[in-house]
Amino acid sequence: MNEDFFQGYKGDALRILKKFNTRVWGVAEFETTRGSFKGTVLPRAENDDDQHIVVKIDTGYNIGIAVNTITSMQEISYYKANYKIPGQEFPYTENLPKVKLIGTGGTIASRLDYRTGAVIPAFSPGELYGAVPELADICNLTTEKVFAVFSENMGPEQYIALAKAIKKEIENGVDGIVIGHGTDTLHHTATALSFMVQDSPVPIVLVGSQRSSDRPSSDAALNLMHACYAAGHGDIAEVMVCMFGPTSDEYGFLHRGTRVRKMHSSYRSTFRTIGDTPLGTVKVGEVRPIKKEYNHRRKDRRVNIYPFFEERVTMIYFYPHMHPDTIDSLVDLGYKGIVIIGTGLGHVNKELYPAIRRATEKGVFVFMTVQTLWGYVHMFVYETGRELMAMGVIPLENMLPEAAFIKLGWVLGQTDDPDEVKKMMLHPVNDEITLREPYNGYLVYQGGVPEVEEFIRRFRK
Amino acid sequence: MTTRFNPLRNHQRTRKEIGYVPLKQAVAKDWKRIGFKSGLEVHQQLDTKLKLFCRCPAGKYHDDLDYDGELIRHMRPTLSEMGEYDGTALMEFKTKKEIIYRINNESACTYEIDDTPPFKINPEALEYALEISLASKQNIVGEVHISRKQYLDGSIPTGFQRTAILGVEGEIELSNKKVRLIQLSLEEDSCREISDIGHTRIYKTDRLGMPLTETVTYPDMETPYELREAAEYIRFLNRSTGRVRTGIGSAREDVNVSCKGGSRVEIKGVSHNKWIPRLSHNEAFRQYALLNIRKLLLERFPDDTGWEISSFEIYPEKIGSSFEPFIRKHKTNYQIWGVNLPGFKGLLSHFTQPGKCFFDEIENRLKVIACLNRPNAISSEPLTPDEETQPLFKHVRKHLKTGEEDAQIIFWGPASDIPTALETIQERCLLAFKGVPNETRKPLANGTTEFERVLPGADRMYPDTDSAPIPLSEEYIDELKKRIPVSVTDRIRQFRKWGIPEDTFTYLLKNNLAPLIEQIADDPGLDPKWIATFLGHTLKHLEGQKSFHPDFNYNQLPRLFQFLVKQGLDKALAYPMISVMIEYPNMDFTSILTSIKFKKRTVNELLAPVSFLIEKFREIHHTTDPGALTNWLMGQLRAQATGNIPLDEFNGMIREQVQREFSKTTR
Repeated sequence: MNEDFFQGYKGDALRILKKFNTRVWGVAEFETTRGSFKGTVLPRAENDDDQHIVVKIDTGYNIGIAVNTITSMQEISYYKANYKIPGQEFPYTENLPKVKLIGTGGTIASRLDYRTGAVIPAFSPGELYGAVPELADICNLTTEKVFAVFSENMGPEQYIALAKAIKKEIENGVDGIVIGHGTDTLHHTATALSFMVQDSPVPIVLVGSQRSSDRPSSDAALNLMHACYAAGHGDIAEVMVCMFGPTSDEYGFLHRGTRVRKMHSSYRSTFRTIGDTPLGTVKVGEVRPIKKEYNHRRKDRRVNIYPFFEERVTMIYFYPHMHPDTIDSLVDLGYKGIVIIGTGLGHVNKELYPAIRRATEKGVFVFMTVQTLWGYVHMFVYETGRELMAMGVIPLENMLPEAAFIKLGWVLGQTDDPDEVKKMMLHPVNDEITLREPYNGYLVYQGGVPEVEEFIRRFRK
Repeated sequence: MTTRFNPLRNHQRTRKEIGYVPLKQAVAKDWKRIGFKSGLEVHQQLDTKLKLFCRCPAGKYHDDLDYDGELIRHMRPTLSEMGEYDGTALMEFKTKKEIIYRINNESACTYEIDDTPPFKINPEALEYALEISLASKQNIVGEVHISRKQYLDGSIPTGFQRTAILGVEGEIELSNKKVRLIQLSLEEDSCREISDIGHTRIYKTDRLGMPLTETVTYPDMETPYELREAAEYIRFLNRSTGRVRTGIGSAREDVNVSCKGGSRVEIKGVSHNKWIPRLSHNEAFRQYALLNIRKLLLERFPDDTGWEISSFEIYPEKIGSSFEPFIRKHKTNYQIWGVNLPGFKGLLSHFTQPGKCFFDEIENRLKVIACLNRPNAISSEPLTPDEETQPLFKHVRKHLKTGEEDAQIIFWGPASDIPTALETIQERCLLAFKGVPNETRKPLANGTTEFERVLPGADRMYPDTDSAPIPLSEEYIDELKKRIPVSVTDRIRQFRKWGIPEDTFTYLLKNNLAPLIEQIADDPGLDPKWIATFLGHTLKHLEGQKSFHPDFNYNQLPRLFQFLVKQGLDKALAYPMISVMIEYPNMDFTSILTSIKFKKRTVNELLAPVSFLIEKFREIHHTTDPGALTNWLMGQLRAQATGNIPLDEFNGMIREQVQREFSKTTR
C-alpha cells in the first residue's frame, strides 16, 4: 500500500517535512527563529499555501509554523487518528410510521473530523440515531443513498433518479419520504419533483440545514425531526420543503415545492413561500395546515411519475441595455426554450425585439417571468408588453423564474408541439401558477417602523 | 432511636480534622501540607472600535430590557472526536435549557446569532493581541488558525467560541519567582447572562463577539498570594500596551486550583483580583475535604459497586405537615421526594467550605442540572437545627427502612424534573467515592464557590471551517516588536530608582501611567518623583471623590503641565485645575483658570495684605505664637498664591515677614 505520509503538503512545506523525516500525524518538536513549538503535524488543506505546516498543540488548538523560520524539527512519536461515527441499532417501534430517508449527498447530519477539518456525514439509520436519538420516537427510519452530489451540482439526471426512487419506495409501502438535500438548490429539486411525481399518496419532504450539523446550534437535527414527523404523521401528501419557520428553534414551515425559494444566503429561516402562504407549520407532535386545500394522505400505493427533462432550456435575467446577441447566441446554440426574467410587469428593452422575434420564428419557446418575484406578469398594461406578446412571448402569470425554468425543461422533455407546450406551461400542476394572490402572500416588512418593531420585539421572527 | 447526632458539631469536628485554617491565619506550610497548586486564565478585552468577526461596534452595552428582538436556541451535544459525548455536553443537554437571546440592533447583527458566517478577523484586534503576546515573551505562530471551542451553556449562540492561538510559552517575573505561560489566544467574548430560572436562561448579546485575549499560565503558583501577584502582573502587562479596555468586566480571571490528590477545578469569571486569594484558598481546602470524605466512604464500603440511593414520593397530606414547600404542592405540579443515602451519615454535614457542607454539593447540582429552583432540598443533617423538618425525616426513615449509618435528603420540584434530580443525587454521591469532580465553579462574594458545570473535556476543539488561516510575516512581527512596552518588572525597578512611594505602584501600573510620567519629565521637564507622587496620591484621591467624564483622558495631562510651565505658573495649580478637568475635559485651560478664580499676581501683590492681616489677627486672637500666625496667614493667602509661587517658598516669605513683625514689636 502506498500511504500518503504528507497529506496536502506541497512545495517548500513538503520539502522540509521530508528533509527532517517528519510525517503527518507525527508528534514533532520544532526549533524556529520564533522559538520552539511542539505538536502533532496535521494534514493541510490543498488550497492553502506551501509556506506553513499545521500543528495541533497540546491544548487542542491548531497553529501554523512558517517554513522559512524552521531551523530543525524532529518527529518524536506517531499516532494516526481513525475517526468514525459510532453506529447504534435504530430501534424499531411498533405502531410508528415507516419513513424512508433518501440521501443525495447533502449532509443532514455530520460530524467534523477535528483533526482534518473534513466533514464526515452521518447517514445510516444507526449513525443518525446516534446523532439525533429523538428520531426513534417519531418513526421507524430506513435510509438509502441514491447518489452523492453537492447541492449546486444537482440536475435533471438526479431529479429523474429521485422520481424513480420515490415511486419504488411508495410501492414498497412507506408512510412518508424524506429527502436530505443541500439547501442551495433545494427549491429547484422541490419544483422538479412536484412535476415529476404527481398524486403521491404520502408526503414527500425535502429537508436540509443552513448551519452545519457539527455545531451545537445547528438547525439540522430539528429540521430532520420536523421532516420525519411531517412525512410519517402529517396529512399533507405533497412534495414539500421543510425548513425553519423563524430563525429560532421553534417550528418548521412546510412549503409547497413549486412556490418556495431560498431568500437569504445564510439565515436559518431562509426558505419562504412566495406569493402565497406556506402549506402549514410543523412541530414534533403536530402538523398544522395553513392552506385549506392540499392533497390528503391516502392508503393506496398509486403514484404517477413523469421522469422527463429537456436540457436545452435556459433562463436569462434581463438588465437595462441588454444586447440582442445574448439571445441570438442561445438560439444559434440550439436552445429550445428560454425563460426571460423581465423587469416590472414583464418587460425588456426594445433592442432585444429583433432577437426575440428571430427566436420565436425559429420555433424557440420564449416565456416571461418577473424579477420582482412577487406579483404577476401583466403584459397588457404597457405597450412594451403588448409588443412582446405579439412577437410570441408567453407570460407565465405568477410562476417563479426557477419554477418556470424547471417546468419548461420538464414540458419540453415530453412534447415539442407549440400548442401543447403552451397549454402545459399555463396549466398549473400544483400552484406554480395561482389564480389569486392573497393579501398576506406578500410580506416584506421593513424594520424601523414602530408597529413592525413592536412585532419583532414581541414575536420571534 | 438515634443517639443525639449533632450536625453542627460534626461540621466543626470535620473542619478541624482536615485542618482548615482561614486565609488570614494561614501560613506557607498550610498550603504546602495540602499541596496547593494553581494557574490562571486571564481574559482581557481589547480596546478596538469593532467586534472580532463582524462589523458591530465593540463596547456598546445595553440594559436588560433595552432590546429589539428575541430568539430561541437549544444546544445539542455533538459527538467528540472519540465518538463520545463530552461530560459537560451531556449535562447541558440533560438540563434541556431553552436559551433566549436578546438582540439590540445597535450592538449585534446576524453574525452574533449565527445566521451569518464570520467576516475576516478584525486586524486591529489581531495587532493589539500580538503586541500583548510579544510583551509576554511568547513564541509567535507563523500562521493563525481559527478554532472552535465548544460551549453548550448557551453563552455563545453558535455553541462554540471562535478562538485562535497567537503565541505559546513565555514567562512573567514575579517578586520571587518566574511564572511560565502556556499560551495566549485571541477570542470572541460571550453573552452576558440576564437570568437562569428553571429551564429558561436569558442572555443579552451586546458583549458577544468583542475581542479579548486569554493568557494562560502553567500551574506554577503555590500560594494564594502568588496567584494574586501573577494576576496583577498580567493585568499590568496588558494595560502597559495601552490597547485594552478598562472598567467593570473588561478583565476577568478564571482561576484553576487543585490540592494534592485533587482535580483541576476552574473558578470562573473572577472579576476582582483581590478576591483571588480567599477563593483559591477555600477551593483547595474544599478539595482536601472531599478527599477526606472519600477516605471515610472507603472505610465504610470497599468501593462504589452496588451503592445506590432509594427513594419514594412523599404525600405531605398523609403526614399532615405544614412545611412551606409542601404547601406549594397543592398549587403547582410539584412532587416531593425522600431519598436515602446509605452510609452517608456524618458526610452530608461534613465541612467543605466555610459555612458549607457536602450536602451543598448535591443541592448545587439539583439547581443547575435538574433545574430545581431554590429552595429545592433539605438534609437530615442541617447546620442550623430545624425542629420542623425532624418529623418529615422520621417519616422518610421509616418508609425507606433506613439504617443507623445512613443519611437522607428531601427534595421537591416539577414532576418532569424528578428523574433527572434522582440521577443527579446518585451521580454526585458516586463521585464522592472518586474524590474531587472536575468542575467549573462560580465565585461568590463571601469567598466560597458553588457548582456551575462539569469541566469540559479536551475534545471540544476543532478547526473553524468558515475561516482561512492568516499568515504572520516576519516583517509584520518585526514592526510590532518595536512597540513592545517596558516590562512591568522593569517599571517597578524604575519607580524605585525614581524614589517614588511604594503605595503608588499599583495605581500607576493599573492605569499605565509610567509612559506619561516619562513624557512629563521630558517636557516640560518636571521631576518624575513629584509627578508620580502627584498622580499616585492626588489624582487617585480625586478619582475616589469625583466621577470622571468619559472624555477625560490621562493623556491630556502633559499638555496641562506644559501650559503651567509656559505660563510661568506653579505646578501646584495642577490640582485645582485637574479637579475641573475630570468633570469638564473639553474646557480649555484658560477657562479652567477663570472657573477656579485664579488671578496672576506678583510676589509683592501677594504679600501686600500681610501687614494688614497681622493687625487683624491680633484683634481676633490673643496669642503671640509666631507659628500660629504664620499658619493663619497661609490659610488666608493660599488660594491667591497657588499657581503664582511654589507654596513652600511663599510660606518661607510669610514666616520671614512675621519674624520681622515680631522683632519690631519686641524692640
